[in-house]
Amino acid sequence: MPMELTQSRMQKIWIPIDHRPSLPRRRYRACGPQLTNSPTVIVMVGLPARGKTYMSKKLTRYLNWIGVPTKVFNVGEYRREVVKEFSSYSFFHPDNEEAMKVRKQCALAALRDVQLYLKEEGGQIAVFDATNTTKERRDMVLDFAKENDFKVFFIESVCDDPSVVASNIMEVKLSSPDYRDCSSAEAMEDFMKRIDCYQVNYQPLDPDNHDRDLSLIKVLDVGRRFLVNRVQDYIQSRIVYYLMNIHVQPRTIYLCRHGESEYNVLGRIGGDSGLSIRGKKFSVALCKFLEEQNLKDLKIWTSQLKRTIQTAEALKLPYEQWKALNEIDAGVCEEMTYEEIKETYPEEYALRDQDKYYYRYPTGESYQDLVQRLEPVIMELERQENVLVICHQAVMRCLLAYFLDKSADEMPYLKCPLHTVLKLTPVAYGCRVESIYLNVEAVNTHRERSEEAKKGPNPLMRRNSVTPLASPEPTKKPRINSFEEHTASTSTSLPSCLPREVPTQPLLGKACLT
Amino acid sequence: MASPRELTQNPLKKIWMPYSNGRPAQHACPRGVCVTNCPTLIVMVGLPARGKTYISKKLTRYLNWIGVPTREFNVGQYRRDLVKTYRSFEFFLPDNEEGLKIRKQCAEAALRDVRRFLSEEGGHVAVFDATNTTRERRETIFKFGEENGYKTFFVESVCVDPDVIAANIVQVKLGSPDYIDCGNDEATEDFMNRIECYKNSYETLDENLDKDLSYIKIMDVGRSYLVNRVMDHIQSRIVYYLMNIHVTPRSIYLCRHGESELNLKGRIGGDTGLSPRGKEFAKSLAQFINDQNIKDLKVWTSQMKRTIQTAEALGVPYEQWKVLNEIDAGVCEEMTYEEIQEHHPLEFALRDQDKYRYRYPKGESYEDLVQRLEPVIMELERQENVLVICHQAVMRCLLAYFLDKTAEQLPYLKCPLHTVLKLTPVAYGCKLESIFLNVEAVNTHRDRPENVDIHRSREEALRTVPKHL
Repeated sequence: MPMELTQSRMQKIWIPIDHRPSLPRRRYRACGPQLTNSPTVIVMVGLPARGKTYMSKKLTRYLNWIGVPTKVFNVGEYRREVVKEFSSYSFFHPDNEEAMKVRKQCALAALRDVQLYLKEEGGQIAVFDATNTTKERRDMVLDFAKENDFKVFFIESVCDDPSVVASNIMEVKLSSPDYRDCSSAEAMEDFMKRIDCYQVNYQPLDPDNHDRDLSLIKVLDVGRRFLVNRVQDYIQSRIVYYLMNIHVQPRTIYLCRHGESEYNVLGRIGGDSGLSIRGKKFSVALCKFLEEQNLKDLKIWTSQLKRTIQTAEALKLPYEQWKALNEIDAGVCEEMTYEEIKETYPEEYALRDQDKYYYRYPTGESYQDLVQRLEPVIMELERQENVLVICHQAVMRCLLAYFLDKSADEMPYLKCPLHTVLKLTPVAYGCRVESIYLNVEAVNTHRERSEEAKKGPNPLMRRNSVTPLASPEPTKKPRINSFEEHTASTSTSLPSCLPREVPTQPLLGKACLT
Repeated sequence: MASPRELTQNPLKKIWMPYSNGRPAQHACPRGVCVTNCPTLIVMVGLPARGKTYISKKLTRYLNWIGVPTREFNVGQYRRDLVKTYRSFEFFLPDNEEGLKIRKQCAEAALRDVRRFLSEEGGHVAVFDATNTTRERRETIFKFGEENGYKTFFVESVCVDPDVIAANIVQVKLGSPDYIDCGNDEATEDFMNRIECYKNSYETLDENLDKDLSYIKIMDVGRSYLVNRVMDHIQSRIVYYLMNIHVTPRSIYLCRHGESELNLKGRIGGDTGLSPRGKEFAKSLAQFINDQNIKDLKVWTSQMKRTIQTAEALGVPYEQWKVLNEIDAGVCEEMTYEEIQEHHPLEFALRDQDKYRYRYPKGESYEDLVQRLEPVIMELERQENVLVICHQAVMRCLLAYFLDKTAEQLPYLKCPLHTVLKLTPVAYGCKLESIFLNVEAVNTHRDRPENVDIHRSREEALRTVPKHL
């Protein structure tokens, strides 16, 4: 019987009852229009210290967060695995034939892994992070992509400002494993010579002539200027938009929830209640805290729910209300306690614990829906400088997961307690987090993963969506000839994109992360 | 320690605002779209027949739809108003002093109107549509912007493909008032000569000379773009929009789901399935789509049962978008208008007073819908042939975008059940065809009643409610 539908229990998606195998499988939108079937290889291009890895990691984090499985393949890391001891810049000298052979092997190994990721591991986008500064090398990558039916999108970073280059070297190169045993001055000098090795043979992308048929974006002078050629599809258009909105100005993002609300005290979820007495005290404490932070031009954003606005009012500063920052809509469960939900909707209660990210409340939302709703907030946060976002538990978890590169699986369990400000500062390739509890007591609204959920997500539940992953750790299997186990670069409590040599940040508030 | 200001919820939009002395204070600003404090002056640049007016009008339509008050100022129009009859391209010769004088006057008159719009009438963006092909002219305009506190953003269209230029001339120039008494060949020849008049003095935006300006250069109808110094949110959105639009011929089909069970009962919202007539419609839709013989049609639905059931009958792949879901009527979900009048008479009246901005308690407004639908519009711009099966309020929002309707008109656009609207871009706008698929359905359109006062009678409130079971 055509038009007979049933609603999936977890995601509340209507699907036909009789599955007709002859028709192409239905695919349900995660966080964007239907992705093309062809996976995409993003090819970074540029001299060393031009921000290629920075952009690779950031872009990957963004794409994974919006639900597009993406992974970075950094050829430098492959090289470090093969060549145990980095000697000096002479390794990169164009006349060093032995080294050239090794470097080519590394690129090929990385491409093999790209192929595996995109064809067999469910990847949608692979970011091939290397200098790729010669036409020859880029042609090799284009051929590889053609053989495999992958789309290719080039991202070139061009920058001749010596102060920018120097500051990049300081930020991320001096602490590289390559320079483990060098002084800063030595490292700087060697790295500059390394750059010279590439400069001689550098053939920038030439969209006016030789590369007129390639899809590419040239980022000039850290985003002052862009040249975009032949954007092929939705995802490339989003990538261009994202790259055009990010910047590298130092700034701080503050995330916190509203002060404790009347409903928090009663253990009720959702609703639109006002602050409790303690919640009001928190707002005052927040005001004082901000004064002490002594920030230049702080923007303040709230949701359109009373409790965040009341909190902002105490700051005596202008603020903007965003409906998109409203708490997750619990649908029929709005304003209930968890006990009431368990009693009235026992099946829903159980389903939510099974898969909290994809679970959608009846006539309400899921965390997955929240991410889609919050994407414009993230985009605007990238454009802005100092911002304080006063929001809600589920919303804050989504935003935090973006900044700290947490997976869909971890996101609904991130700890975002009341009366605690999370201060995020971009550093190197990631984000430093400081957790500041403002010393006003509040109820605990955090629910841990249930025993059911710990058994792992039900694979049947993912039938019609692709699991977004956080940027995965470098693959542990042997890539070329070496077999050195790479321990995951961070423990789960650290932002996952800090280079592994950086000592544990003492200021990280473990209390607020899983 | 002064206690924080008390909050009150605005009854129409349900926005919490502080009030003192019993009156709402103008402190908090609800965010619709991020608006810069400075108005923005967009300056088009390019030879004739490069799509400047096409881009101006489209961009203006988009910005107004997302809530940014925008207006275009076409200098050619000012010239036509001043010089009653157009004779020939010689008016545009670079050594025609009389012509030059008039053209300068027109540009100045247009800029005066720009100033009035941006500085006195609450406009946020003005699009100054003229060739602006010399650096000197652009500097004058930039200075004008600076003096008045406007940010200036240039949009240049560069195209050397003779086929594109010829097609543009056919699409929009031959029908221009300038050529009302000419044959097509005559008009084309004259226009080509007109373009030549500008070529010699054309100074394209230059990488070095113009490196401090904010601009986008569009090359070959969007094959490539050069973007320089984007200053703020609105410029970034403009760039994103310009990079997503295209001129490939295509059609967009908008329709609602087939008649639903709740439609029959006169109830709003909910998530019911199709009535028997609704199912009939779905089959007719399948036939219709088949007959249209559309190349590579994409089909989009909401995530509500009734649109999906409708799509299922088509037998083709479709995509479900949650953002296409019907407006959330909050506490009024699944009520009839009679019940709303009974349980929420104040809300019912407020809605009639300002249907665009009115937000249902715990629900949404049309204004919220537009914000929610913006990604759909953006993706529709990227796509080619698309059929969108959606809902009444949603369809009104999408239609308002394509037909450039105001916020006041939007909530009253007629989008009856079982009727497909076919939109085809033509010249500077959209051709609209309405096709009723010959399956009867209830009428769900409620006109604005005469009396919208909160003290009106039940009768007055319900006068325009369409019949239902």
